[in-house]
Amino acid sequence: MDITTETTSSPPPPPGPGTTLASKGSSHAGDRVFIGLSRGSGIALLVIMAAIAAFLTYRTGLAVSKDEANFLTSSEWNPAGDPPVFGIAVLLFGTIVSSIIAMAVAVPVAIGIALFISHYAPRRLATPLAYVVDLLAAVPSIIYGLWGAVFLVPHLDGLNQWLDQYLGWTYIFDKTSDGPARNLFTVGILLAIMILPIVTNVTREVFLQSPKMHEEAALALGATRWEVMRMSVLPFGRSGIISASMLGLGRALGETMAVAVVLSPSFIISGRLLDPGGGTFAQNIAAKFNEADEFGRDALIASGLVLFVITLLVNGAARWIIGRRKEYSGANA
Amino acid sequence: MAKRIDISGLSAYYGNHKAIDDISMTVEPRSVTAFIGPSGCGKSTFLRTLNRMHEVTPGGRVEGKVLLDDENLYAKDVDPVAVRRTVGMVFQRPNPFPTMSIFDNVAAGLRLNGSYKKSRLTEVVEKSLRGANLWNEVKDRLNKPGSGLSGGQQQRLCIARAIAVEPQVLLMDEPCSALDPISTLAIEDLIGELKERFTIVIVTHNMQQAARVSDRTAFFNLAAIGQPGKLIEIDDTERIFSNPSVQATEDYISGRFG
Repeated sequence: MDITTETTSSPPPPPGPGTTLASKGSSHAGDRVFIGLSRGSGIALLVIMAAIAAFLTYRTGLAVSKDEANFLTSSEWNPAGDPPVFGIAVLLFGTIVSSIIAMAVAVPVAIGIALFISHYAPRRLATPLAYVVDLLAAVPSIIYGLWGAVFLVPHLDGLNQWLDQYLGWTYIFDKTSDGPARNLFTVGILLAIMILPIVTNVTREVFLQSPKMHEEAALALGATRWEVMRMSVLPFGRSGIISASMLGLGRALGETMAVAVVLSPSFIISGRLLDPGGGTFAQNIAAKFNEADEFGRDALIASGLVLFVITLLVNGAARWIIGRRKEYSGANA
Repeated sequence: MAKRIDISGLSAYYGNHKAIDDISMTVEPRSVTAFIGPSGCGKSTFLRTLNRMHEVTPGGRVEGKVLLDDENLYAKDVDPVAVRRTVGMVFQRPNPFPTMSIFDNVAAGLRLNGSYKKSRLTEVVEKSLRGANLWNEVKDRLNKPGSGLSGGQQQRLCIARAIAVEPQVLLMDEPCSALDPISTLAIEDLIGELKERFTIVIVTHNMQQAARVSDRTAFFNLAAIGQPGKLIEIDDTERIFSNPSVQATEDYISGRFG
């Protein structure tokens, strides 16, 4: 608001077309500044994204062109060797397996907590509980990592033995070494705990928006509480659950410190999840970046690009799943 | 099929606030009973006590008795879920499940009651949609979402969903207030047909509607804002609209207040 508008608008504005048109330019100065700012921020975001992608691609090109092994399928990592050989197979496997374990554990639990907070718990309990979940999201990942290494690893020994004893025949739970549980399975559990708050919070928000009229429709048909959840709340929240899971997956894929502290890494691919070893993209970069030379860093950046692409694909897939059945979603009710 | 409802000494509360006070009346089977009265007089609350939906609202509480052919809905050992399977309800705004197809919407109540063979389910869905005068309009698109129908069609879909489980009583909470006059007429015709099979209770703000569809009419009123709603009188619809025995009823019907 500047002074010219004040003076022209304080008396009842004269109906003449000239005055209205004349005052228009000056009164919209604020708009122009705002449009410039928001357009500038939008462009800056695109430029930053493009710059990151270009940087990653350029350095990846430098590294991969000298790689004597197949970058995608090799399970060796020796960029300082002569000839240099390195590949991401181990990292890809470890990242995906630990993230799948994390999702499998975290998503059902998160849905349960979110339903409890949004629909079952009395308000006196729901509010503090939601607050505690928020707090969990604020804990730095290195704290989770330390807790995982010092507390979780020894306490998962028993579970590992139990799984080995009763589910060892499935191969993935066949434990062949006696070492501590610094394996991909433990990493998956730790990641599950870490992504639990974000998945819970997003699904809870969606469940809270579930329309009362559909819940009442289900109740009036003689649905029990759980049937109300199944008939109206969960279908309504379906796309929200998917986006929440993908947010969690994004965090699990990129988690660095907690994995680096807990996992005892090695460059092998083993389906035996209870044996130590394996690695993830982020953990590998964190572990090797400091002691790597210029070329070694380029090799690590190349692996980072793969992680970047995977995250993009995960988000794209999430959007596709959400958009696929739009006409059935609760949004157009 | 249809059952008589005997209500005695029924009061309903929201927390400490008494919404309706000491209501007693009888609802005859195979008839339409209309509830009329000014906004806030508790007629919707009263309707929701008849299938134990009132207590779903936080703080909702009911005192008194509702007998459905001698069985008290508020007896200690009665499961509210079972009550709602016997007493169906249609709401003010059409509320088909948006994530379900037309077919699944109608079948939803049946699937709650247990597993049915696909052929039996198809049969009941068709019968219910025919019963709701909707079959001809949707028979070619049973697998399309129910939310794609018009408002009036959605409301008839909700009626089909409610009658698919063969309830004893059908409660309707202003079922036409969100609909245009043509859809309203379709629903009113439907109510006339449904009363052959069900005991129907309908809340309405539209007095012509009460006069058109109902056999008996109950008039509710409240002394002042914040006071609990009370039943003023219940009588044959014809009598209520021509020669009511209470002055307040006549004032309300002739538009002198409210």
